[in-house]
Amino acid sequence: MTYQLLLPQIFLFLWAILIFIIDFVRKEKKHNLAYVALLGIVITTVLVLTSQKGELFGGMFQADSFSAYFNLIFLLTGFLTIASSVEFTQRLPSNKGEYFGLILLSMVGMMFLASAGDLLTLYVSLELTTIPLFVLASYRKDEFKSTEAGLKYLILGGISSALLLFGISLIYGLTGTTFLTEVRTTLIVRFLSTGNVGPALVLGFIFMIAGFGFKLALVPFHMWVPDVYEGAPTPITAFLSVASKATGIAAFLRVFFHAFLIFQVDWVMLMAVLAALAMIIGNIIALLQTNIKRMLAYSSIAQIGYILLGVVAASSRGVSSVAFYTFVYLFANMGAFITAIAFSHKTGSDEIKDYAGLSRRSPALAAMMAVFMLSLVGIPPLAGFMGKYYLFSAAIEQRYIWLVVIAILTSVISLYYYLNVVRQMYFQTSTEESPILMGAALKTALLICVIGVLLLGIYPNIFLNFANQAAMVFHY
Amino acid sequence: MVGLNHYLVLSTILFCIGIFGVLTRRNAIGILMSIELMFNAVNINFVAFSKFVTPTDFVGQIFAIFVITIAAAEATVGLAIVLLIYRNFKGINVDNINIMKW
Repeated sequence: MTYQLLLPQIFLFLWAILIFIIDFVRKEKKHNLAYVALLGIVITTVLVLTSQKGELFGGMFQADSFSAYFNLIFLLTGFLTIASSVEFTQRLPSNKGEYFGLILLSMVGMMFLASAGDLLTLYVSLELTTIPLFVLASYRKDEFKSTEAGLKYLILGGISSALLLFGISLIYGLTGTTFLTEVRTTLIVRFLSTGNVGPALVLGFIFMIAGFGFKLALVPFHMWVPDVYEGAPTPITAFLSVASKATGIAAFLRVFFHAFLIFQVDWVMLMAVLAALAMIIGNIIALLQTNIKRMLAYSSIAQIGYILLGVVAASSRGVSSVAFYTFVYLFANMGAFITAIAFSHKTGSDEIKDYAGLSRRSPALAAMMAVFMLSLVGIPPLAGFMGKYYLFSAAIEQRYIWLVVIAILTSVISLYYYLNVVRQMYFQTSTEESPILMGAALKTALLICVIGVLLLGIYPNIFLNFANQAAMVFHY
Repeated sequence: MVGLNHYLVLSTILFCIGIFGVLTRRNAIGILMSIELMFNAVNINFVAFSKFVTPTDFVGQIFAIFVITIAAAEATVGLAIVLLIYRNFKGINVDNINIMKW
């Protein structure tokens, strides 16, 4: 057994503890711990890139190309979140250091989750991911909206993990094991000997899909999303909308593609319907929003619908397109949120109508926001187009024409609200003329996002190769 | 003789009471308690399956202990957030905690 496989996770965990200790010990709270946290993330990224493949604890912990790929997504999201939090934490009255420690702890949970080969590891790391996020969502203690967001997130998070656990307990009762590979073999043996596996398995699927549905913010389970996204501090909203969703996707793929792919007739249609609902309802309600954070919340619900197209395809091409689109979504969505952060630091407003005349106030910021919006719609040559192209082609390959038709129609609807932001920035005028000033960290984060969106759109192959490798982990 | 089915019926009833409590309770602490009920229903499931399905193996019991531990951690954070709510809103009735609407 080589514990080296755990090195990135252990290192990041110790780094988080280090940040808590520094924050506790130091007398003068002048310096910002953000840069310490960023250094930790960079070192962890190096460790992930150089780490070996293998498994630990009899398969409870899997370090493979899938986990490495998703670890990079989590690390990059964490990096961008922390870089965009520098100014936010400077304005906090107290507890400036803990903030970063909690983000790192949540990332440790995500990284463990991407490697979960057992339902116990999966559950524990999922909770390690979400419990720090409850605290972070209600981080502005004296602000009504933030605490309300924290409470709503907490209650819905609790219900979702209870549902997930009930599903896990049924699967355990049916198979007598929690190892995903053993669950798979037991179910196959049972299926071959008796011809069916009974309603308990389907019930387990439904409970687990409901549990993951809360994390992924699928449509019947999305009520908490807009409120939490609006109330939470904006960097945390960005983190939630990208990292938390990527976690849900990684967990879903691990469980359903590792253990239950053989029984896809029982759950694929359900996922297809959920995907269609997410695309339709997310896009239509987004049309009505006037607050940029709520608009992006509904847009993220719609985006998860597109991502599910690849899951529904249930093929290696599907999984690789899901993995690829997660990266695409990361850059575009983080970029949009970082722009919103920069804008609200200066103006104190999250309303879309206040973006009027931004192209004259700070042309660079407006241009970047336009790039992110167009990428979220899926306009070539930006990343969103390539991502959607791979997702749609994976679904068409498996004959889900109706789903792709819905996806294309709802993409057209989404043009309206994404371009509304662009219209405000470029074609509306305002009396305000002062430019939006940004710190170095925010500028770097924005630049990374723009480069990512352009690079993935123009040279998708670099990342697509990694995504294909990640998809090879599962047996189809 | 009490068999597996009795335990499963009990845990299902407990889980449903939990869901019902979450949906109908207006007190934030009441909601947290209902969520705990749901977790405990799951624990009964795990322990019962462990006894009847895999008597020689302790996976289910270990899982139940993990669930209890994590539920405790979640309750800690939950009560802290409820305290914040109480300070801000001067009460923990969830009907009043509704600034944001779509």
